[in-house]
Amino acid sequence: MGQITLQSVHKSFGPLNIIKDANLDIEDGSFVVFVGPSGCGKTTLLRLIAGLEDVTSGQILIDGRNVVNVPPAKRGLSMVFQSYALYPHMSVRGNIAFGLKMAGMPRPEIDRKVEAAAATLNLTSYLDRKPRELSGGQRQRVAIGRAIVREPKAFLFDEPLSNLDAALRVQMRMEVTRLQKQLATTAIYVTHDQVEAMTMADRIVVLNAGRVEQYGTPLELYDRPVNLFVAGFIGSPKMNFVSGLPASLHGAATIGIRPEHLRVVGDGEGWPGRVSVAEHLGSDTFLYVDAAELGLLTVRGLGEVHLKGGDRVWLSPDPARLHRFDKEGVAIRP
Amino acid sequence: MATQQTQGLARGLLSPAVGLLFVWMIVPLAMTIYFSTLRYSLLDPGAETFIGLDNFRYFLTDPAFLASLLNTLVLVGAVLAITIVLGVPLALLLDQPMIGRNIVRLMVIAPFFVMPTVSALVWKNLLLHPVSGLLAWLSTLVGVTPIDWFNDAPMLAVILIVAWQWLPFATLILLTALQSQDEEQKEAAEMDGAGAFSTFFHLTLPHLARPITVVILIETIFLLTVFAEIFVTTGGGPGLQTTNIAFMIYSQALIQYDVGSASAGGLVAVVIANILAFFLVRIVGRNLET
Repeated sequence: MGQITLQSVHKSFGPLNIIKDANLDIEDGSFVVFVGPSGCGKTTLLRLIAGLEDVTSGQILIDGRNVVNVPPAKRGLSMVFQSYALYPHMSVRGNIAFGLKMAGMPRPEIDRKVEAAAATLNLTSYLDRKPRELSGGQRQRVAIGRAIVREPKAFLFDEPLSNLDAALRVQMRMEVTRLQKQLATTAIYVTHDQVEAMTMADRIVVLNAGRVEQYGTPLELYDRPVNLFVAGFIGSPKMNFVSGLPASLHGAATIGIRPEHLRVVGDGEGWPGRVSVAEHLGSDTFLYVDAAELGLLTVRGLGEVHLKGGDRVWLSPDPARLHRFDKEGVAIRP
Repeated sequence: MATQQTQGLARGLLSPAVGLLFVWMIVPLAMTIYFSTLRYSLLDPGAETFIGLDNFRYFLTDPAFLASLLNTLVLVGAVLAITIVLGVPLALLLDQPMIGRNIVRLMVIAPFFVMPTVSALVWKNLLLHPVSGLLAWLSTLVGVTPIDWFNDAPMLAVILIVAWQWLPFATLILLTALQSQDEEQKEAAEMDGAGAFSTFFHLTLPHLARPITVVILIETIFLLTVFAEIFVTTGGGPGLQTTNIAFMIYSQALIQYDVGSASAGGLVAVVIANILAFFLVRIVGRNLET
């Protein structure tokens, strides 16, 4: 079991409010990603759940029990750190076994569990190596091994993939997701990378300046962002925001159009503009169109779009996929 | 990186300094070797005669030699043990956040800046003196007979003084090492359920292995030649109880006026220091490899 509930959790460092009234309900077995720009408090929130920081006020419930005054080791959680935090002078076996040894588990049982964890993570042939003799991906797997061997109620990941190169990151992303589904253990994962968030999460928590902006499934956030911040943060390339006359025609202060919902149309219709840069990726073409008073708009065309910098184009938004926001930046729902 | 020209220039510019250092070292060494083969008494100047290795034989068979060697090893070993065993917890304490930490650190490090002669005098006359010392006063307060340190436990007193001087050095090196310990590793250990003691023995102590070997190496080099503290307090006595190799060489030369034997002793000390250094460098080298 691993149901985690946050009830009006506050955290301040001196006069600085890092977490302002966080309320969350994380279901058992789900993969929840905390995402937000740097300094939004996502790591602090994770550390509060882990018990590495004390909450200023509020309650954290794990399986219905308030753990605010419970030391980290007794919360039944395990954490994978950004730097992996492997113990440098211990072998891989020693690293994975350390938690079990501290728990006073008998030696044969420790060995059995360590072997099992190593087998799951393809680490068996590295068990007697020291961390410095491993590659980045292998160290990452040792850190995960150290987490799973304790059979925790939930895994906490603090930007675990940020030190890996791009190719390895994609691979580890899949491995972590697969492992989590296989173990069916709750996981909380902190990242600033919204692609990681979208691809791995069952549900995403978007944080901004210590506040939970929105909590929902990846597609909910994508299709129905509650405000300008979430709309701008989720999706790559970023959503286009247009204010002024075109927005007021739709009864909003600002309208948002995702790059894939803007189409290049024939002469005379829609918004006129000039292509300033065209990026041809093969599968997609990103056009950055200078549309006079509307500003720079990003258009995503499927496949090859034969336009180049300097070409005159007309753009038309898909009216069904418009996002409307009021003066405060809150989404207007019909 | 360097062209022929800059290499030549560099050699040209370095050679005066290197040459001077070389002469500075080689002349005393050569003279010591030369003196060690002479019958050279200051009481009978001008009557030096070549006697081969006899001075070495006299020095090594002198009953004082074995006693001094033993005293040297006891002094080095005891001071190393005290500075490390006390230095580690002290460094741990100073690493904790507290009010006025900078001032406290400065105070702890201060003994290292006091010159050996002065600190030995302070210990002798103000702290350990059996009549007017601080410890004597404390003893009489509780009705105990004061200990006459330099007569009853002379070696212990010297060890105490030298350890007091070198403890700050060990603490300082270990403190800087502690500050470089990875915070996330300690947090990982906390999540793994390790208490303060487990974290210390499984993480902090292995992390300190390297700085501890550095402390051992540097302190050994200096502790082999402790002289001022002994000269000022006990004068090597009572008997030979606090005579170490350095003090024995001094007494050969300037108490017994036998320069030849003292030179031979100096060369023996060089050999002993090199034997110790050989083993130490091997141990430290193994620790510094990674």
